[in-house]
This record gives sequence, structure tokens and C-alpha cells, in this order.
Amino acid sequence: MAMMSLPEMGGPKSTSATSVEAEAFSLSASVAEMEAMAKKLRRHIITMIGKAGSGHPGGSLSSVEILTTLYFKLMRHKPLDPQWPDRDRFILSKGHAAPLLYATLAECGYFPVEELLTLRQIDSRLQGHTDRTITPGVEMSSGSLGQGLSFALGVALADRIDGQDYRVYALLGDGECNEGQVWEAAMATAHYNVDNLTAIVDNNGQQIDGWNCDVMSLDPFAGKWQAFGWKVIEVDGHSIPQLIDAFKEAQKVKGQPAVIIAHTIKGKGVSFMENNPDFHGTAPNTIEVELALKELE
Amino acid sequence: MEEVSVREAYGKALLELGMENQDVVVLDSDLSRSTMTAFFAREFPERFFECGIAEQNMIGIAAGLAAAGKIPFASTFAVFIPGRCFDQVRMSIAQPGLNVKLVTTHGGISVGEDGTSHQSIEDLSLICSLPGFTVIVPADAIETTEAVKAAVATLGPFYIRLCRPKLPLVYGEDYRFKLGKAVTMRQGGDATIIAIGLMVKAALEAARDLEREGIYCRVLNMSTLKPIDEAAITQAAAETGAIVTAEEHLEHGGLGSMVAQVVAKNRPVPMEFVAIKDTYAKSGKPSELLERYGLTEKDIEQGVKSALVRKR
Repeated sequence: MAMMSLPEMGGPKSTSATSVEAEAFSLSASVAEMEAMAKKLRRHIITMIGKAGSGHPGGSLSSVEILTTLYFKLMRHKPLDPQWPDRDRFILSKGHAAPLLYATLAECGYFPVEELLTLRQIDSRLQGHTDRTITPGVEMSSGSLGQGLSFALGVALADRIDGQDYRVYALLGDGECNEGQVWEAAMATAHYNVDNLTAIVDNNGQQIDGWNCDVMSLDPFAGKWQAFGWKVIEVDGHSIPQLIDAFKEAQKVKGQPAVIIAHTIKGKGVSFMENNPDFHGTAPNTIEVELALKELE
Repeated sequence: MEEVSVREAYGKALLELGMENQDVVVLDSDLSRSTMTAFFAREFPERFFECGIAEQNMIGIAAGLAAAGKIPFASTFAVFIPGRCFDQVRMSIAQPGLNVKLVTTHGGISVGEDGTSHQSIEDLSLICSLPGFTVIVPADAIETTEAVKAAVATLGPFYIRLCRPKLPLVYGEDYRFKLGKAVTMRQGGDATIIAIGLMVKAALEAARDLEREGIYCRVLNMSTLKPIDEAAITQAAAETGAIVTAEEHLEHGGLGSMVAQVVAKNRPVPMEFVAIKDTYAKSGKPSELLERYGLTEKDIEQGVKSALVRKR
């Protein structure tokens, strides 16, 4: 993996407009820089959803460190060449976390940061849920839950047929694991002994109607994945060092797939959104945006 | 009349395409010996994915393979795609317009003795409702082979619906399928019969019978159901003044509805619909079922006569 220094973290490495080949994104960020980036992404999420007047802040905020770690430290990618064949693939299965993905892609340089404020508007490339046909860097169209792991498995199998060595990451929500298709995909991924795919579950414990345990119990959650043939790694999903270690450990697992269960807090970083299912799918109003941004200074 | 299996034609076509094109991959959900994808599986095990009895997951895997540049063919019975996995077909394939080829077998009621649960009579309505899908219902084994080749050669999502029984050939080996073009199987000026699948043969027989009574019918094979050949329909309405559709599907949402929409918009003429009326069929021999539910050449003949009564 190329590690080259950048004048400013978060920018694509290609500096010349005439350069024929886009360069790989620098993955040299320090933990402190990534933590600062995580805060920046949270500010984007609040601002974007506040401006749009609708959207899903809770599940975007809980996944921030997961995407920060992947895009700024682990994944091989080229923001100026989103279709680069050798890139690692990130599949967002929980499509309602689109604002977080857009903010991350913008900060990497896939498109201008100013464009984030067009979220959900007519003619915007930033749809309410992800659309792979119009947004640079978006691998899968999602929004209907339960489908991303199957899609990621297909990409991983194509990788295997072609003898390439890219890695596929799929981010699921814990509530999403109510869907039967997730377990069909879990069964199949283990059946095919796929080890170039890492699943991550944003285990924030909540879904629209309340706590998972009240809506539809998932316990024993780690046990279910293990029973389906997966190596399970559990971490604090807001600790970037723990996430880095977990992803590296997952890469070493051979002959079976690995899932990282990232224990997170829904709405993380904004006190009145934390563990508050009301902010699963409700935008903050003007006053709430102001309060949230103050907390994220 | 020689009868040839359309499923076998599909299996052999896949095998041939698999040799020509390394990007062709095949998925099945525990029915590979019925859909005949087993031919491909035996020859190219590294490009065949047995998904088990999990159609929703199969659709997602196929979408991922297509996104990574493969040309996946996913097969099972027509009751299971799109019925069992409609939302997966919708969001993972249709919305991003991915290059996935869905080929289903055992469509319609000619599946026979397995009964109601296995008789796919809603699939065309469901799949045609999805923007961007190309939908083909071949009339025989030769057209099946041609349709599969067209699917590989054309970027975008395809649905090809086959039936279980062997079908009499309506084409010779020299037939070349043209995507989106209705095939005029027989000329005539009194009325037009527009048919798909196994009803094409019935339409030809009906036209032959009617000719003995002095009624000359044009017969169109609308094998590309979507995008439908509007020009051929409009021309048929203008030149023959009456249209009868014939399909092994519910009356609502399939060929009849789609033709009626074109006719109503471009050239209103009397129409009749030979199709399954708002009901489910039961177990029985295919021929018994086709007769019981009104899908024979006699039903087509009756349809033509009814339409002609109202023709100006």
C-alpha cells in the first residue's frame, strides 16, 4: 500500500491537473488527525441533514469512526479515479447513513465539500439514500435494508474469479440484521470460504421503534455470526485504534469471513441525539443544529 | 412436429457462451437440473455459484458480480424470480441498471401437476413494472438460444421467461432474433393475433383454422415483451382493425395490458384478451390446464370472432 505524505490530510494526492493517472489516496493520517476528521464529518452530517430538513442523523453519527478508519487509514482508493479496478470496495448496506458516506467521500476529494449542502435536493448527486449511478465513489444503490452483504459477496467472488486482491467491506446496521437475507448472505459467504470480505456491524443497539431487544432481539448476536461460520471481532466502534487493530486482524483471517461487531452509540457526539431513537430519521431543527455544532466544536 | 425443450436450449446456449466469454457466470438456487444451468456448472465450476434455496441472496450476489464487471445469469423457477425476491430485483438490479440476466423456467400454468404454488402467472406483470428491464418470452428452443445470445450482447438487466414443457419449433435454424422487434409469423388483413411463448404456436394454428372460414389473420410474435414494439402494434391496428392478444399469464399486467395501452394511445380498435382471468389454476396435465383456463387455439379463434363483431 502506497504511503506518501500529503500537504494537507484528506485531499487526493494528484496535484497536477495534467497528470494522466490519479494517485492512490494517502493513508498516512495519525490517530489524532483521524479523530479531528471524525469530528469534522459529524459537523458535516448535522449541517447537511439540518439544511435538507430530513434524513437520518443517528445511524450516520454512530458509524463515523468506522468510515474514518476505512477511508483514511485502510482502504486502497483513488478519489480522482473512482472506478480504479484495483480499489478496495466499501459497500454501505445501511443506506440511510448516506450523509456520512457523502461527507467522507467529499473530504477524500471525490467531489467538492460544498456539494454536501445539496443533500436530498432536486438534481443533486447526493440522493436521500445512496445511488451508485450518479455519485462518484458510491459502490451500491441502497436504502432497502438487508441487501448489502449479498452484493458485497458478489463483488468478492468476482475478485476471486479474476485473481485480484482487492478487499470488500460491507457496513450493516444491527437493526438491519432483522432481515432474513442478511443470514442467507452470512451462510453463503462462509460456505464459499470467502476471506477477502470484511463485514462490519454498527451495533448501536437501536432501531426506529426503539431498542433492538424490545423490537426484535438479536441476542446472542456474536454467537449467531459464529454459528454461521464467521470469525467475530468485537470492538468499541468509536475507538479508532481499536478499529484499526480489528480491521488488521480481520485481514489475517483465512478460509472464512470475518465480521467486526462495532459497539457504538446511536447519535454519538451530540448529547441530545445519543441513544435517542427520535433522531433515527428526524432532522434537527435550526436551534438543534446550532446546539449540536457547538458541542462538536 | 418436432418438439424441443426450451430449458435444454437455454442450458446449451449458456455452455456455449461460457466457452466464448470468460465474463459469463451463472447462479442457481438449488434447481440447476431443472433450469439446465447444470450443463454450465459441470463445465465451469469456478464460474458457477450454487446459492441454495435463497433467491434473495442470489439476486444480491448477481448484482455484486455485475457491478464488478461479470455477466451473471441467475436462474430458478419463474414463481421465485421475481416473486420471491421482487425488492432485491428492484433495488439491487433495476434501480442501478446492472447487467444481470435473469432467466426463469417453469413459467405459466403449463408447469402442470405441481399446482397453484408453482404456476407463475404474475411474473411478467411484476418484472415489466420495473424501469429499464428488457423482458423476453421466447416462442421455441431456437428463439431461446437467440434470446440468450442477445442478452449477453446487450448491456442492462434482462428477464427471459421459459416454460417447462417441450415446445414445437416455430422457427428454423436460420432464424435471427432482433431485440425489440415483433416477428410477423403470418400475414393477414382481417385481424391481428399478438402472442408470446407457447401461445405463438396456438396463434398460428388458430390463424390456419380461421383462414378456412375466410378470416385472414396476421400473427405477431411479441417475444420482446419490453420494450414492446409499438410500431408493429400500431401498424397492425391500422391495417387490420382488430387485435387479439394471447399469453400464458394473468389478463392484467402482461402482454394484453401492454398492447392495449399502445392501441388506446395510437390507434383504438376492438381488442380481445386470451389470458388467465383473475384466478389461480390447479393441478392437472398441461394440456388439460391450458384448455380449462382458456389458452387454446379455439379460445384465440373465439377472440378473433368477438373482436371482428365490433370492428367498424
